[in-house]
Amino acid sequence: MSAPVTTGTGADTARPPQRRVDPARWVRDNLFPTPFNSVLTLVFAPLVVWATWRFARFLVVSARWEIVETNLTLYVVGGFPREQLWRLWLALTILAAVFGLLGGVVGVTAREAAVAAGRTTATTRWDRLARLGPPALLLLVLLGFSRTFTPLLLTGAVVAIGLSLSLVARRIPAALRRAVPLITVAGVVVSLYSISSFGGVPRDEWGGLLITMYYTIGALVVSYPVGILFALGRRSSLPMVRWVCGAYVEFFRGSPLITLLFTGWLVLPFFLPADFPTPTLVTRALIIFILFTSAYVAEIVRGGLQAVGRGQWEAAQALGLSPWKQTRLIVLPQALRAVIPGLVGQAISLFKDTTLVLIIGQQDLLAIAQNVTKQDEFLGQGYIIESLVFVGIVYWVASYWLSKESQRLEVRLGVGQR
Amino acid sequence: MAETQQQRPGRATAGQDGPARPPLWRDVRVLRGVLQVGFLVATVALVQWLFGNLTSNLDRLGIRRDFTFLDQPAGFSILGAPDFRAQDTIQNALLLGLGNAVRVAILGVLLSLLIGIVVGVARLSKNWLVARSASAYVELLRNIPPLVLVIFFYLGVLATLPRLTEATFLGDVAIISNRGIWVAWLTFGDGSQPFLTAAAVALVVALGVARWRTTVFDRTGTPHRRVLWAAATFAVVTALAFSVLQPPIEPSLPVLDGRVVTGGAWLYPEYLSLLLSLVLYASSFIAEIVRGSILAVHKGQNEAADALGLSSSQRMRYVILPQALRIAAPAIGNEFLNLTKNVSLGIAVGFAEILRVANTAAGNGQPAPQLLIVVLGAYLFLSLIISVIVNVFNRRLQLVER
Repeated sequence: MSAPVTTGTGADTARPPQRRVDPARWVRDNLFPTPFNSVLTLVFAPLVVWATWRFARFLVVSARWEIVETNLTLYVVGGFPREQLWRLWLALTILAAVFGLLGGVVGVTAREAAVAAGRTTATTRWDRLARLGPPALLLLVLLGFSRTFTPLLLTGAVVAIGLSLSLVARRIPAALRRAVPLITVAGVVVSLYSISSFGGVPRDEWGGLLITMYYTIGALVVSYPVGILFALGRRSSLPMVRWVCGAYVEFFRGSPLITLLFTGWLVLPFFLPADFPTPTLVTRALIIFILFTSAYVAEIVRGGLQAVGRGQWEAAQALGLSPWKQTRLIVLPQALRAVIPGLVGQAISLFKDTTLVLIIGQQDLLAIAQNVTKQDEFLGQGYIIESLVFVGIVYWVASYWLSKESQRLEVRLGVGQR
Repeated sequence: MAETQQQRPGRATAGQDGPARPPLWRDVRVLRGVLQVGFLVATVALVQWLFGNLTSNLDRLGIRRDFTFLDQPAGFSILGAPDFRAQDTIQNALLLGLGNAVRVAILGVLLSLLIGIVVGVARLSKNWLVARSASAYVELLRNIPPLVLVIFFYLGVLATLPRLTEATFLGDVAIISNRGIWVAWLTFGDGSQPFLTAAAVALVVALGVARWRTTVFDRTGTPHRRVLWAAATFAVVTALAFSVLQPPIEPSLPVLDGRVVTGGAWLYPEYLSLLLSLVLYASSFIAEIVRGSILAVHKGQNEAADALGLSSSQRMRYVILPQALRIAAPAIGNEFLNLTKNVSLGIAVGFAEILRVANTAAGNGQPAPQLLIVVLGAYLFLSLIISVIVNVFNRRLQLVER
């Protein structure tokens, strides 16, 4: 073991000098640079102040949040039987544990790789804290409406378990790290079945944020590999394979998702043999999400495959790798790295698209937001605004967080810079 | 040298009995053929199995399998189409739904492009306030599911407007109520057809004039002023046609008479909430594309424009935007496709686009599989048309490589 070569850490790399700008100068440069801009500023400033004031006042003062406080459990889990809620906490604990483990291992591996390559990690402590902002905000939004302390305590415990396991993960010897992704997958499966099996709650009774997350994660996990297969099929040298995969992708990309969900709802059971048990509505919707997302993933990955130069295939051939190994070891890693932003974007758009199950009568987060206003105590008093704003904030924070993370990843991977 | 000599006997034998072929199961050409045939057979078998199940299930349940139901009377009325009667055929109902979808799509595309370009340019403004407001617009709207927007506008905004009896009047030109918004419009009486034809001709002539001015400009370099020329041509021809034909076209103001509004154009809540949300949602994506494309134009172009002494608006108009448009066109076309498909969100608020009509028909006992085939076909057709238009546009924008 030679001593790691440190380049440019410590005090010898000073940050660039901060330019101090006095406020008057800043205002002149940024708000009143030209006559036209001055007019713009004078028109926009009152508008912006008014809109911000109205929205802030609504959030803090005039909104009647009791509709959210009363129905918080409904928003989160829908019609999930209340006496079975411990299963969700159990599943959350398992998930926090495995993802804490995974996060710790990924972090420590990345740091070691950075040190080995002589790079310094450019993130400051403040950057890392800022990254935790949106998820913390999301938790705050959800827990802030809770009337008891139990969810707060339980969430605290779950977060603590996740964090402590991520610390434990740093000490896992390198040889054992390979097992961690497998443990993660196993953990996800176990947590899923700990909710639905062993006397648990069938998925048709799930609702709210829970079913939204189920559709998002379930469809993503299946459609990424399937989409990659279709993308490879479209780039195949066999014309028949190319055409069939192309037809699949173009059909699903040309159809509105809602129409497809209707097809899944009304027609999908007809496509199965008569003696075949009809899949539940949740399963049918999930199948449609998978089929739809696979087509989009295929199109994104195809872009990445096109970006990998021919020389990479030829070099892999020259090394004597089998076609499968050429794809898996040489081409796919490069192709996927190039399209990670697109893939995250697809995840975000799937997350937003899960709202469409409302139209086929599922009780997802948005449907609950609409239905709670029909309760006796809230009926006909315009509570829909509060309800929709709450749900909108949940969707917004989650999507915004994912998109920011994707931008960060894009910068870190240096996409488009090599 | 020794190796080439060793090769020779092999080659000689190959020459005697044709090229040496590997055994069949290792011949790449044979393998490729077999693989493809196998793949195709498997695909066809899967599709056939699925559709076989479909037909046998439909027969078992006694559901018809043909499309003759399209000629049957619909048996329901359609929102926003008072002329449609329950005894009209399902085919007409679906066409009406398609027409509604196309109308929203075209208006949505135009408005979202306009707003998207303005917001995208504003995001790059030197004015801090304007740039930040534009960023807030984009970040706010593109991270919310469009369905949330549709429902919010429908139930949260338009439904909270005053009732018709207490409606707000904007002078004589608009009535605002929770039953919708009525705005002043034109009524086209019987016999206005020749004038509309003349107006269409005027449009074509104006486009021709614009083209002619462009060729003159290309040849001689005199200022083309094609927009001015085209507008003048259009105005003169339509004015002439109007005075000659005397078409029965009159302005129609909305009038509240008890509980009924007559005249004007009715923007009903279902339509308005769908259009608004689609435009806001799509424009936030288009703004982001426009911003990215402007930033993608090479820095040297900016500097060259500055060196020529162009003002900042001239630089934008003549140097940056035309080049940015070339970069942005495919991505914007994609957003148009998304917007068109999102028109089917209207079903959540009961806007009568084609999916909603099909769903109503299916609820009346018409066969769902065929109806959904029609709807899917219609949307695929719309997507195809838009991609063709975008592709033609793209090709015209592409750099002519020299």
